[in-house]
Amino acid sequence: MNDRTINEIEDEIVEEFSLFDSWDDKYEYIIDLGKKLPELDAQHKIDDNKVRGCQSTVWLVADYRDGRIYYNAESDAVIVKGLISMLIRVLSGQRPGDIVAAPLTFIQRIGMTTHLAQTRSNGLVSMVKQMKNYALAYKLKYQSQ
Amino acid sequence: MITTAVKDKTFDVAEIREQFPILHRLVKGKPLVYFDNAATSQKPQVVIDKLVEYYSGFNANIHRGIHTLAEEATAAFEEARDTAQRFLGAAHREEIIFTKGTTEGINLVASTWGRQNISAGDEIIISAMEHHSNIVPWQILCLEKGATLKVIPIDDNGDIILEEFKKLFTSKTKFVSVVHVSNSLGTVNPVKEIIRIAHDFGVLVLVDGAQSTVHLDIDVVALDCDFFVCSSHKIYGPTGTGVLYGKRSLLEAMPVFQGGGEMIKEVTFASTSYNDLPYKYEAGTPNIADTIAFKTALDFVASVGKKNVRTHENDLLAYATARLEEIAGLRIIGKGKDKISVVSFVIDKVHPSDIGTLLDNRGIAVRTGNHCTQPLMDRLCVPGTIRASFAMYNTRDEIDVFTTALEKSITLLS
Repeated sequence: MNDRTINEIEDEIVEEFSLFDSWDDKYEYIIDLGKKLPELDAQHKIDDNKVRGCQSTVWLVADYRDGRIYYNAESDAVIVKGLISMLIRVLSGQRPGDIVAAPLTFIQRIGMTTHLAQTRSNGLVSMVKQMKNYALAYKLKYQSQ
Repeated sequence: MITTAVKDKTFDVAEIREQFPILHRLVKGKPLVYFDNAATSQKPQVVIDKLVEYYSGFNANIHRGIHTLAEEATAAFEEARDTAQRFLGAAHREEIIFTKGTTEGINLVASTWGRQNISAGDEIIISAMEHHSNIVPWQILCLEKGATLKVIPIDDNGDIILEEFKKLFTSKTKFVSVVHVSNSLGTVNPVKEIIRIAHDFGVLVLVDGAQSTVHLDIDVVALDCDFFVCSSHKIYGPTGTGVLYGKRSLLEAMPVFQGGGEMIKEVTFASTSYNDLPYKYEAGTPNIADTIAFKTALDFVASVGKKNVRTHENDLLAYATARLEEIAGLRIIGKGKDKISVVSFVIDKVHPSDIGTLLDNRGIAVRTGNHCTQPLMDRLCVPGTIRASFAMYNTRDEIDVFTTALEKSITLLS
């Protein structure tokens, strides 16, 4: 469970990024996050869990426990793993309804949308969409009962 | 011809660069290093000016108008055909059909010649290094007709195995469609030999010249190819126009591609008679502006001199290859006997997309991925590559910037 809201964590990330002077440093940080991202179990690295629309391969799984969603993901590209790490930090352990509604402003606030020219190939947009899809599915499954 | 007149003119890359305004912009605060020329080349000022000149001076629909503007636009458009004819060495101007580009040219041949001449059990041959645009149109045709697609194998260097090519021919072989220069590897294929072999079996050949036309001297008569296709935007011209060359006798016998204006002679509700070549294949209002500026691009290339450009690009390729080979863990993909302007590589334990992102952060544009040649990547057992492709305006200094940035990126990612 995550006791902080999506907004609070986003603000944290934005503040961390404000410490960097250049995009070289930002990338170094993202790469570092990527290297530290835990590996996904081999059993989850199947076609069904692949996120479409990425130049690298991204696997994403989501579990639902006690009203909250927990994400795990991995990629064969380390920058993408860094992006995944940030998305997991913000969204994992949150309530499905909050995830679906989150505008995720940190992506723009840290300059990622304008800077990562290949946002589509990096799969950032596809990953966010897929994470929200999971949240929507769990929301409909458990909270409409 | 202009080419011969200025062949020996000194080639000055700084002077060339001055003519390409985009090369002066910054990307991510750094001077742009544009190494994605195999995807599309940048445009010289004369080409950009021609588009403005057309729209501000003589924009009109061509061929039917009786007024001055229509006459001027028609003359400029038809001059583009004459220039393209000379550029490709075609025997007749009506053998030059303007298309949207290479992909449309291939689709046109598959949909017309293919539909008319391919039947169940027939075989079409392509190579293992084709762009998806020279695979999918033939797959669609084969599926529709119950025909089979056969593939010329390549060796580990990325060279076509001619001996294996000869073995593919049977009494059912009807067509060969093969790429002149590989967009992923830069391999120059022995198309003249391929055409000779195919013709010995009585089989027609289409040459995909998307990558070759900008670098090599093309002479469709000397090659004796039956069809040749290329795109303007890879030859310093605008996007959305290109050429299909076909031997006149073949084009005359083929059925029409699309119906509409321009391609008709007479229309009644009962029947339509079709226009003569080349208009038979140019239904609808063509891409007038871009085609006129395409002529300007061809004149520009001729005035610089293809031989000069080739010497320069060969130097860049050799220099880049040598510099890249110094980098530990880097493996060049495609070591064909004859290569042009493209160097593709992979790096141990580093994903191409990570390199692409970090290079972009330093203002360097390269291509990463499978380059629309997925079957080729499978054959070479790589998921994708990093590709640097050069044009007349690139320099050794840019290659230094690129290799330095590459080494930094590798250190960061490892």
